Amino acid sequence: MTKLLKKATEVEALEDKTHFGFWVYLMTDCILFASLFATYVVLRGNTASGPSGHELFDLPMVLVETLILLTSSFACGLAMLALKRGDKRQLVGWLAATYVLGVAFLVIELNEFAVLVTEGHGWQQSAFLSAFFTLVGTHGVHITIGLLWLLVLVCVLFKRGFSDKLRRQFVLFSLFWHFLDVIWIFIFTIVYLMGAA
Amino acid sequence: MTKQLDKNQTAIVGYIVGFVLSVALTLTAYAVVTNKTVMGVTLMMVLGALALVQVVVQLIFFLHLGDEPKPRWKLAVFFSMLVVLVIIVGGSLWIMYHLDYNMMHMPMEQLQQRMDKEAGF
Repeated sequence: MTKLLKKATEVEALEDKTHFGFWVYLMTDCILFASLFATYVVLRGNTASGPSGHELFDLPMVLVETLILLTSSFACGLAMLALKRGDKRQLVGWLAATYVLGVAFLVIELNEFAVLVTEGHGWQQSAFLSAFFTLVGTHGVHITIGLLWLLVLVCVLFKRGFSDKLRRQFVLFSLFWHFLDVIWIFIFTIVYLMGAA
Repeated sequence: MTKQLDKNQTAIVGYIVGFVLSVALTLTAYAVVTNKTVMGVTLMMVLGALALVQVVVQLIFFLHLGDEPKPRWKLAVFFSMLVVLVIIVGGSLWIMYHLDYNMMHMPMEQLQQRMDKEAGF
């Protein structure tokens, strides 16, 4: 009994440590995004006689994109509750929702990029567009990595079943996913809403 | 068992409250821009305020910030990050605004004169 208790506290301590370590990573990622935001805000007026955000952004589409990512984040939260209950079916269900919505978000974003580039408004046109593609693209890369990570985790779950390690990984993934939604609030507000206003 | 269930239920309520608030704040911000009810600096401030409120909502209800036993290391790291963030963003904007102010708002001849004078600098 005491041995079991000791093991439980050891697992808990490890959980706290990895959780905290990952949190520190997220905070440094915040600083990365802060510098990209600072760059964007400084360069947003430098359109080199090209179009500004006001002419380029398709606001209704961006709103849909935003709501999709928000719902994905919510589904991920519900998946974590299922994880706590140990309910594998619900966990996989909510994670599937998270994944599909994440892919939908990425498709809309890549479509927006493709339209901009084919119309000749690529990253080489102006400092504003360079900063725009860097900022929004970096967020997109994070989303892509998150989706790959989620896919790997679910594969491992199906192959080997639950373990303490896998449980921990799912919790870290949910932190990452919620964090990306928080970053998107700023992109939505500063880049799109303020840019189109 | 019932206690466990209760805990789960309050957790679900937390996520739902966070989600509904976030959707409402997003739609409000969108409506403020499309309806053009306010313009200029006021609009920017309204949008900024709505974004900040939503960030706080998501930090509390989704990321459970501040929901850890003491000592609250996560919160401490979060606030140190905020300090760095304010220095980077605030500092960049401050410097670049003054650079613009000093360089851009003079008449063309004056700018040319200044550039001639300081050529090679």
